[in-house]
Amino acid sequence: MTPDTPLLQLKGINKSFGPVHVLHDVDLSVWSGQVTALVGDNGAGKSTLIKGIAGIYSFDSGEYLFEGRPASVSDPKQANALGIEVVYQDLALCDNLDVVHNMFLGREETRFATLNEIEMEKRATETLKGLSVRTLKSVRQQVSSLSGGQRQTVAIARAVLWNSKMVILDEPTAALGVAQTEQVLNLVRRLADNGLAVILISHNMNDVIQVADNIACLYLGQMAAQVKVSEVTHSSVVELITTGRSGEIGIQVEDAIVGGAA
Amino acid sequence: MSNHQTTDVDVAAAGDRNGIGQAVGDYFNRVRGGDVGSLPAVLGLVVLFLLFTALKPDTFFSFFNFANLLNQSAAIIVLAMGLVFVLLLGEIDLSAGFTAGTSAAVLAVALSSWGMVWPVALIIGLLTGTVIGLFIGTLVARLGIPSFVVTLAMFLALQGVMLLIIGEGGTIRLRSDVLLAIMNQNMPLWAGWVMWAVVVLGYALVSWRAISGRRRAGLRATATSVWVAKSVALALMMGVLVYVLNQQRQIVRPGKESCPVSGDAPVGCIPVIEGVPWAVLVVIVLVVGLTFVLSRTSFGRHVYAVGGNAEASRRSGINVKMIRIYCFMIGSTLAAVAGVLLASRDNSVSPTTGGAQTLLFAVGAAVIGGTSLFGGKGRVMDAVIGGLVIAVIANGLPLITQQSGIQFVVTGLVLLVAASVDAISRKRSGAG
Repeated sequence: MTPDTPLLQLKGINKSFGPVHVLHDVDLSVWSGQVTALVGDNGAGKSTLIKGIAGIYSFDSGEYLFEGRPASVSDPKQANALGIEVVYQDLALCDNLDVVHNMFLGREETRFATLNEIEMEKRATETLKGLSVRTLKSVRQQVSSLSGGQRQTVAIARAVLWNSKMVILDEPTAALGVAQTEQVLNLVRRLADNGLAVILISHNMNDVIQVADNIACLYLGQMAAQVKVSEVTHSSVVELITTGRSGEIGIQVEDAIVGGAA
Repeated sequence: MSNHQTTDVDVAAAGDRNGIGQAVGDYFNRVRGGDVGSLPAVLGLVVLFLLFTALKPDTFFSFFNFANLLNQSAAIIVLAMGLVFVLLLGEIDLSAGFTAGTSAAVLAVALSSWGMVWPVALIIGLLTGTVIGLFIGTLVARLGIPSFVVTLAMFLALQGVMLLIIGEGGTIRLRSDVLLAIMNQNMPLWAGWVMWAVVVLGYALVSWRAISGRRRAGLRATATSVWVAKSVALALMMGVLVYVLNQQRQIVRPGKESCPVSGDAPVGCIPVIEGVPWAVLVVIVLVVGLTFVLSRTSFGRHVYAVGGNAEASRRSGINVKMIRIYCFMIGSTLAAVAGVLLASRDNSVSPTTGGAQTLLFAVGAAVIGGTSLFGGKGRVMDAVIGGLVIAVIANGLPLITQQSGIQFVVTGLVLLVAASVDAISRKRSGAG
C-alpha cells in the first residue's frame, strides 16, 4: 500500500432495493488523514452508500477495496474488524448509562467474568484526552444529562476508541447550535489530523467547506464528482448537488440521461 | 449492597474526596435532578411503620408480627425481583403469579405422586418456571408479540394448567420437611449472627477492594469516611434485624408455659419461636447474587442497555433478542422460587396459589421500590424495599380496619403514587 493508495476504494458499486436502482456504478476513494465529505440531496443515495460501507447492507456489484485489498463486508462486525466505525445521526447512545458504559457498550472489558470498570474508565478518559475533549465534567455522568454537542462527542469518541482506521459521521452537526457545531467540527478535524480517514455526511455547505479535504457529491444515485475542496466553491458544490454538474465537472448531459434512479 | 448501581457511578462522578458531607450533598443534587431511586419507598416505609406502630403498638409492633411481616413479604419480594428483570426491558409479565403457582403445583406433584426426593423435585419445579419463561420470551422476542398480550394469554392458560394438575377444587400437600422449613422454621441463633457477619464483612471487603483498586489506578474513588459510614450503617441495620428476630416471639396465652427448647414440644406447652426465618436467608442470597449479575457482568449491563435504547444496543452488537429471552427466563424462574415460598407458607398448593393479588402486589413492589415501568432503570434491591412497603400495608391495615375495601383502595393508591413518582422523575431527568 503506497501512501497514495486510498484507505477505502469503491469501484462501480451498484445497489437496488427491488425495482429501485439506488446506486449506479458509484466510485469513491477515502484517504487516511483526510476528511471526505459526502454530500447530495435527499434520496441521492448517501445513506445507502454508507450503510453498504458499514456492512448493514451488502452491495449488489462492484469492488470494495480496503487498504488496497479486496474485502468482503456483509455484516457490521466485519466492518468493525476492518477498523470502520459509524456514528449515526441518532447517535445510538443509551440515556440511562454513563459515558464509559456507552463507549464500551457491547464490547465491555471483563476480568474473571466481571466488568473491569477501572480499565474501561481509564481507556475512556485517555481517548477523550487524545481528542482534546474538555467539555465533559465527568466520564461517569449519565448520558441523559449531556447536551447535544457532548453526546456527539461521546459518540465520536466511542468510534475512535477501538483503534479504528475510518470513522463515518452521519450529519454530526444537524441538531447543534453554533458553538457546539464549532466544537464538533474541530473534533472532526482532529480525527483526520490524528491520521484517521473520516467520511462526513452533511447538508451544511459551510461545514463541508470549512472542515473537508475533498468532497464527493452524489446525484440521483450516481457519483457526480469527487473533487478537492480547494478546486470548488460554495456555489459550485450546491450546483453539483442540485443538478449533478457544475461547468466542466460533474455528470455530463448524455450520462445523466442514462441515470435517473432516485 | 443496597446502593450498587447508583453509588459507584455517581459518587465517582462527584469526584468525592471530601467525605460524608460531599456525598450527602451529591445525593441531594441527584434527587433534585429527578433521580429519586428508592427514596420515596424508604420514606414511605418509615412513615407507614411509625403510623401503624402509633395506632396499634401492641399488635403491629411486636416481635411476632415483625417476623410474620418478613414471611408474608418473602414470596412477593422474590416475585418482584423476577419482575425487575422484565421491567428493566420495558416489558411486563402478567403471568408471573400463575407461573409461581404452576411451578409449585409441579413441585408438589413431583413430591407426592412421583415420590421424588426434594432436591430433584425442587429442580423440576424451578425448571418449569424456566421453560415457561423461555416460551414467553421466545414469543415476545422472536415473533414480536407485545409482552402484555403474551403474558395475559399465559395468565389465563396457566390458571387452566394449574387446575388440570391439581384437580378442580383440590389441594396438594407439600410433602417435604426441608421445603416446609423455609417458611415455617427459623435459623439457629448463632447462624443468624454468622449470616450477619458474612453479609457485613463481605460488603465491607468487596467495596473496599473496589475503592482501593480505583485509587491505585488514579481514578476518583469514594472517600474512606463514606465507606466507613455505609459499612457501619449496614452492620447496624442488619444487626437490629438479626437481634430482633433472635428474640423469643411465641405468643404465650395465660395459663400456658413456653418450653425451653424449640422443635417437638410436649403437649400443653408452647414451643419457643426464635431466630431468623430461613426465608430471610433465601431473600438475602438472591439479592446479593442477582445484584452481582445486574451490576457487575456484561449480561447485566446489556439488560440496562436494551431497556434504555434497544436500537442502540442492537447496533452495538448486543443480541437483543437473546437478552429479552434470558430476562423472561430469569423472571419466570424467580417466579417459580416465589411459588416454592408460597407453597411452603401454605403447606400446600391450591388452584389459587399465586392468584388473587399476588402478581399485582409484586408489580407494585417493584415499581414502589423505584423500578421504572419505562425500562432501563431499577435494581434488585427495589423489589425488597417495595415488597416491604406492600407487606407493611397488607399486614398493618387489617389491624386497623376489617374492611377489605379500604385495604384494596389504599394499596391501589400507593401503587399510583409510586407510578407517578416514576413518571415525574423521568420528566425531570429529561429522558421522557
